[in-house]
Amino acid sequence: MSYLLRRALYALPILLGVALLCFSLVHIAPGDPLVSVLPPDASEEMRRQLAALYGFDKPFIEQFVHWLTRALHGDLGTSIATSRPVMQEVATAVVNSVRLAAVATLIGFTFGCLFGFVAGYLRDSAVDRAASFLSVFGVSVPHYWLGMVLAIVFSVMLGWLPATGAGPGGSGDWSWNWEHVQYMLLPAITMSVIPMGIVARTIRALVAEILSNEFIVGLKARGLSDLAVFRHVVKNVAPTALSVMGLQLGYLLGGSILIETVFAWPGTGFLLNSAIFQRDFPLLQGTILVLAVFFVLLNLAVDALQTLFDPRIQRN
Amino acid sequence: MEMTLDNAAAVERSPGYWTTVGRRLLRNRLAMGAALILLALILVAIFAPWLMPADPYASSILKRLKPIGTEGYPLGTDELGRDMLSRLILGARLSLFMGITPVLIAFVLGSALGIVAGYAGGWTNTAIMRVVDIFYAFPSVLLAIALSGTLGAGVGNALLSLTIVFVPQIARVAESVTTQVRHREFVDAARASGASALTIVRAHVLNNVLGPIFVYATGLISVSMILASGLSFLGLGVMPPEPEWGLMLNTLRTAIYTQPWVAALPGAMIFVTSISFNLLADGIRSAMEIKD
Repeated sequence: MSYLLRRALYALPILLGVALLCFSLVHIAPGDPLVSVLPPDASEEMRRQLAALYGFDKPFIEQFVHWLTRALHGDLGTSIATSRPVMQEVATAVVNSVRLAAVATLIGFTFGCLFGFVAGYLRDSAVDRAASFLSVFGVSVPHYWLGMVLAIVFSVMLGWLPATGAGPGGSGDWSWNWEHVQYMLLPAITMSVIPMGIVARTIRALVAEILSNEFIVGLKARGLSDLAVFRHVVKNVAPTALSVMGLQLGYLLGGSILIETVFAWPGTGFLLNSAIFQRDFPLLQGTILVLAVFFVLLNLAVDALQTLFDPRIQRN
Repeated sequence: MEMTLDNAAAVERSPGYWTTVGRRLLRNRLAMGAALILLALILVAIFAPWLMPADPYASSILKRLKPIGTEGYPLGTDELGRDMLSRLILGARLSLFMGITPVLIAFVLGSALGIVAGYAGGWTNTAIMRVVDIFYAFPSVLLAIALSGTLGAGVGNALLSLTIVFVPQIARVAESVTTQVRHREFVDAARASGASALTIVRAHVLNNVLGPIFVYATGLISVSMILASGLSFLGLGVMPPEPEWGLMLNTLRTAIYTQPWVAALPGAMIFVTSISFNLLADGIRSAMEIKD
């Protein structure tokens, strides 16, 4: 328990640093951050008023503390482009991104486990070679290109699935029916390739290692059926497999911008993309902050779960 | 006496560590195949001006989006009627440069930071590694896009962003291997015999830590290729009309309905490069017997 407490306490300065980095983005940007809001013929007086409104006239640390205090109260400022609260924009987008990333993780995890277990049991078989190819493929393929190729095959040539968007009603109106889910399939499958390869590789190595352990030989010698032995293998693989899955979910959420752009999926990646090109700094800072904090907390949760599952872990 | 002489001769004849690694790598067919592909790509990049069949910048309204195998355009033309083959060939230059450079710079900076942190320990270590942890807390793709999106499009900003992404990752590996080496007996012995910190690092630490860091860095090149082209794909890296595979993929995105396979070509190049770097890195890793 003390390990978990230390781990949680350690996350606090990291979160503060992450917030500072997100906030600093607007200050490392070249040029005046007000340029995108000011009309080109704005007077010096108007510029000063606007700077005061956004707090740019105050010292850096004061601005940061002010921004952070508001952020902790759930206020991430107002989007320059849409004049809507950033929190509201991010909330809608995060839900869409989580939906997509969760489905992708589920697909990747299911097939990754399947490949990993078979490959670990039947080493040097065809499945084993396929699994090791899959793991190299998953981390080597530019996923934005894979998305394009899948769109070419399944939308342009076969016409089975839609290539872009999130279905009727746009981003706000989602339900788990075929009308909507068909829009999710291509981006989710594209995304699932990364965790699939990583999960397959991890599980294959783990299963192979566990099967070579003496206790497995002991279990077999005591006459346990293959199924019963398999249950022991699963029990030993589960903590690591779950933590890999948790981490991958985080990576997918943070890395989904390219895939969301290819498929015009209305998630955080899409939001980030428009924030960048409209120089909408409150929106940019807010989206990145939410994603990064989510990632840090997810890491923490994964560590906590792993400790609960496997009491042997007492890392520093 | 004779025994010792024999042993000395045997030691002299036995190949060095790197010779052994090289021999084991040469026997790995997959890694060698990947190395050959990369060598070919690098040669194509160097000799691009002599290999291009046409002007990669010459556009033509009449010859837009010709299919693969068109007379005079073996790989078709892009959305502005420019020769795809020539653009893919010249594109190898910027694409490889953008992928490899950040890892090279990060290898130098990250190793330096990590070795200093690992060897100094104490407060120096805490100060360096906590800052590194903050950058490490971001998923790579998110950090790269956040930084280059803020700094604005362009080759320099993209390289800077990617370097900032990789420095913490390399620094973490460097710190952990240096900390391990620092507590070994031969470092204690060197310190006890009065060697200065600089001498110890140069003579005993560097040659023990650079190998593992190098292996880790080679594995990052594949990620860097995908990320660098990804930035250009988003419009944040190389600017038109320069040919770069990620940017070409971006501008051809709308052409998937008219010339799907021409549109997919630049991505195939990124894929081939990235998987070759990965297979070579895997080969080097297993030749050096370092498990990940």
